[in-house]
Amino acid sequence: MIGVLALQGDYEKHIHILDLLKIQNMEIRYSRELDMIQGLVIPGGESTTMTDLMGRNGFYEPIRNFAKNYPILGTCAGLIMMASSVPGSRVKPLGILDIEVDRNAYGRQVHSFTDQLPVQLNGRATQIPSTFIRAPKITRIAAGVEVISKYQGNPVAVKQDHHLGLSFHPELDNVTLFHEFIFKKQLMDKSTPQHHAA
Amino acid sequence: MAEKGSFEIKVGLAEMLKGGVIMDVMNADQAKIAEDAGAVAVMALERIPALIREEGGIARASNPEMIRAIQSVVSLPVMAKVRIGHFAEAQILEAMEVDFVDESEVLTPADEHNHIWKHDYKVPFVCGCRNLGEALRRIGEGAALIRTKGEAGSGNIVEAVRHMRQVQSDMKKLTVMGQDELMAAAKEMGAPFALVQQVAKLGKLPVPNFAAGGIATPADASLMMQLGAETVFVGSGIFMSDDPAPRAKAIVDAVTYYKDSAKLVEISSGLQSAMKGLDMSEIPEGERLQERGW
Repeated sequence: MIGVLALQGDYEKHIHILDLLKIQNMEIRYSRELDMIQGLVIPGGESTTMTDLMGRNGFYEPIRNFAKNYPILGTCAGLIMMASSVPGSRVKPLGILDIEVDRNAYGRQVHSFTDQLPVQLNGRATQIPSTFIRAPKITRIAAGVEVISKYQGNPVAVKQDHHLGLSFHPELDNVTLFHEFIFKKQLMDKSTPQHHAA
Repeated sequence: MAEKGSFEIKVGLAEMLKGGVIMDVMNADQAKIAEDAGAVAVMALERIPALIREEGGIARASNPEMIRAIQSVVSLPVMAKVRIGHFAEAQILEAMEVDFVDESEVLTPADEHNHIWKHDYKVPFVCGCRNLGEALRRIGEGAALIRTKGEAGSGNIVEAVRHMRQVQSDMKKLTVMGQDELMAAAKEMGAPFALVQQVAKLGKLPVPNFAAGGIATPADASLMMQLGAETVFVGSGIFMSDDPAPRAKAIVDAVTYYKDSAKLVEISSGLQSAMKGLDMSEIPEGERLQERGW
């Protein structure tokens, strides 16, 4: 079972992608529900809103603990939440990816764009459509963080351990590649679901 | 080659606002309060609807300096309103890189016949509706987001409920119609046929559908979400109340936990008085904002 954090944002679009892949999924609104899943998506949305809702509802430590054992995929605001540092902003990131992020660095909505993006995944090169909405820029990456896609010289998709962070929204273009990559593997490795006390 | 301003990119931003609260603000201080409470976006306007109603006069798009001041203090998307049909106001807001333009019945209409042709802009538009026909006409003109109108500045949820139920019921009817009935349905509601076909197939609007006009309490927000809204706009409800900051926060929480009544008890506790509000019988027919636009 894969969870999609459903506090705010385009979580239904991610559920649609998981449905397309026939991956069982559920919406996550309470930290106790993390015990029922083996992977988590943090969707696009507003990272300041997510900061407040995650803080007020006790998500920070439970997600950090969850991240030690299970993969997390973050898109746009999700990537911001997974970062280690977001300078000059009231966002409080989780520190799951050892990267620094500049929010809305691509500009306001009139600068949002779509383009073809080259991706290097599993030793295979491919091209996908990508949508950047008031997107964040990854401004620093630590050793151990693998860049799997760059746009105009800037990293826009990064992988560290079993986690994946994207500046753009594959869920808006029906791109299933990333969800499949990080969760199918997990589901196969751990075919017996791990049960924790509820 | 990067593409900007497509319909999909506009709807994309609307998708990101789902499950959130968009708050009307009149200055940078209020914008900060809204951001600190967890708003997903702010709507910059010089007078919130309740004050427009009180003070009268012509309500126009906001002063650019006021919008700039708000853009400079918050990192959230900033929306602003233009008068119905006033495409020059829209061009100015686009040049200011406002994130969303609301072609709004709250302001005094500039054109009683034509709404703005919204496909011409890179900036996305949101428009109000009272029923499905009105929603589809606006989408046909290029709106990337629809909000039910309600009655702005009333603090009374009754019209928001009426309009949301109307849109939902109009959509349900289309889904059970045969192909041969859809043209007559399109004619009757005065809506573009292709969009009528699309709604009949999907059972929902091709763009997100938010609620507005009269939301004053966490319970109001929960009600609208349960009726099918995907996000709520709160106009006068926050800054006309006795406790803007805690109320704003409570409404944000209520939208996320709209189905959890135990949590809603907790969220609603400790708030002071909501805005006083108006019964519909106190608003003469000619003064109802919802009747502006068509």
